[in-house]
Amino acid sequence: MIQILLFIAGILSIFITLAIVYELGKEAWLFFGNPDVTFGKFFGTTEWQPSIGKIGIWPLVTSTLITSIIAMFIAIPLGLAAALYLSEYASPKARSILKPILEILAGIPTVVYGYFALLFVTPIIRSIFGEDNVEVYNMLSAGLVMGIMILPLISSMSEDAFSAVPRPLREGAYAMGATKLETSLQVVLPAALSGIGAAVILGISRAIGETMIVAVAAGSGPNFTFNPFKAAETMTGNIARISGGDLSYGSIDYTSLFAIALMLFLVTLVLNLISQWVVQRFREKYE
Amino acid sequence: MNQIKDKFPEGDSFRSELNGRYRSATIGQILFLSALLIAVISLTALLYNIVDGAFGYTAYEYKKDPATISSKPLTELNQQELLDVLKANISTGAYKKLNNEQAMETRSQADLLSLILERIIRIETKATWSLTQSLFHKAEIEAEVAEKYPDAKLEFRNWLTFSFLTSPMSSRAEFAGARTAILGSLWLVGIAVLFALPIGVGAAVYLQEYAPRNFLTSIIQTNINNLAGVPSIVYGMLGLALFVRVMEPFTSGKMFGVTDSNGRTILAAGLTMGVLVLPLIIINAQEAIKAVPDSLRQASYGVGATKWQTIWHHILPNSIAGILTGTILAISRAIGETAPLIVVGASTFITVDPNGPFSKFTALPIQIYQWTTRAQSEFHAIAASAIIVLMVMLLSLNATAILLRNRFQRRL
Repeated sequence: MIQILLFIAGILSIFITLAIVYELGKEAWLFFGNPDVTFGKFFGTTEWQPSIGKIGIWPLVTSTLITSIIAMFIAIPLGLAAALYLSEYASPKARSILKPILEILAGIPTVVYGYFALLFVTPIIRSIFGEDNVEVYNMLSAGLVMGIMILPLISSMSEDAFSAVPRPLREGAYAMGATKLETSLQVVLPAALSGIGAAVILGISRAIGETMIVAVAAGSGPNFTFNPFKAAETMTGNIARISGGDLSYGSIDYTSLFAIALMLFLVTLVLNLISQWVVQRFREKYE
Repeated sequence: MNQIKDKFPEGDSFRSELNGRYRSATIGQILFLSALLIAVISLTALLYNIVDGAFGYTAYEYKKDPATISSKPLTELNQQELLDVLKANISTGAYKKLNNEQAMETRSQADLLSLILERIIRIETKATWSLTQSLFHKAEIEAEVAEKYPDAKLEFRNWLTFSFLTSPMSSRAEFAGARTAILGSLWLVGIAVLFALPIGVGAAVYLQEYAPRNFLTSIIQTNINNLAGVPSIVYGMLGLALFVRVMEPFTSGKMFGVTDSNGRTILAAGLTMGVLVLPLIIINAQEAIKAVPDSLRQASYGVGATKWQTIWHHILPNSIAGILTGTILAISRAIGETAPLIVVGASTFITVDPNGPFSKFTALPIQIYQWTTRAQSEFHAIAASAIIVLMVMLLSLNATAILLRNRFQRRL
């Protein structure tokens, strides 16, 4: 009897995934079933305002991509370097101070990062590049702060990967006279590549799905641009803005949100699956 | 032969090349350390920015001079005198309305004072400055105020006061408080944990103790790992479609006789947050149960216990530390999440505290989002104060988690 209850609890997670796919798919189906909505317009035009029939998805997609790319430019190098320092160079005392700081960074709510991006980073960027060149809402500030938010994720996963590399590999390199830098870059890093790859892919997935930082700092109107100094709403920011206002069930605004959410869900799902596959396929087995 | 000599330099060329490699190694070490330092500096900048915003000078004007309505300074009046001032200066209709909300005699002195400030004197903030500006540029601020706002008074204000914590929402930044938001957040977390903890621990027990090693189990496991990585706004959309619309009779309370609400209640939002933290709780509980040594299980079976007896009396008590830690981590995540709440329909302006699972609600992160995106700088100041409240809540939660973990670990 109890076993049946527990089995139901276990199966519930599958129901959640099915519910997500079903509910999102149902409304997205309504969106694409609308006679005004064609795949040509969806993938071919560059203006997104469903209420007046403009349904080109590209402004939202390019904004999501640009903010995520800026974030990864910050998070990957800094995260890897931090992980290398923590695992190869740091003394236990230094590690006991630095690791909690990274964990605190990981635990800060994203809306607080949004506040930081809008009220601290944006003024600094505007003073460096000139107030005429940088709008108050811009993708660069949101991307930078997103990078800082993702840095602990990449750092901790990479550090796990580095510590899984067995000591004999390092010791062999030292025995041949290699410096610590050479060992780190030419022995440890390649050996941990699968874990690092998984971390990077998860970081990208996190960046794409992030809402609050971009909702606060990146702008509140879809804008098809490649200029990071301009305001441009991302996919997630669009969902947040539209659902925060007046929304009537069944309207094209409502169903368009579900279409975007379905895309987000599928993209992050595929990325997470690839990340797990990378770990399984490329993991070096040493024993 | 020369080729070999080039690859293995000797003597002076060897020495110089070796020194070059040592130099690169030191530079590399410094670069890696600076990456960490950038992270530390960012954290410091963030904390500084928040504290900076919550305190500072404000310049404000009175619409009506307090000297015209009372001969003594307002802060020195007692409750009866404040009531008299109030009655004399606002319309009877407004007074009746306030009395209906809460009887005037029962209101505290601080409450009456803030009512007077809000309704009669009508303070209006003209400009605010941050803490560093207030500390280091006092003379410039005074000059600016004298020039731009000649009628305004300048005062150093701490935006994070006790009344901020206990006042309800208001459309004016000077009087807005976080009480409704804090209560809303607590309600949400309560419902989320009530929903997710039993199901999560049950699923973890099933997966670790009962499930056979077949394809279905590995699908369930992969599925849970993937759910942990789904963006939180997608959970919000699920909550909107499922809990707010499909389950509206349940979440709005119509099933239970409540008649004046729709599906956007605290129950729907709590369930959404519960679904969001469920994968985290399952994964953490699984780790905790895995960590219980197998010898305990075998010993229990050895004295004739059934599987459920073993689980209930031996495995669960010994894994409770890990399960608690996982729950508290899930709570920290749930308190800070904003996106799902926006989608499910948190009200951005309500003044009544939640009084049941079927009431409209707001939450602390929603208020922070709202206040940060307003243009006036006084709203940024109370956003900073609300952030401090949120961070203090998170800090105490995580500290409790670490304490509990240490305490239960010693017992084992």
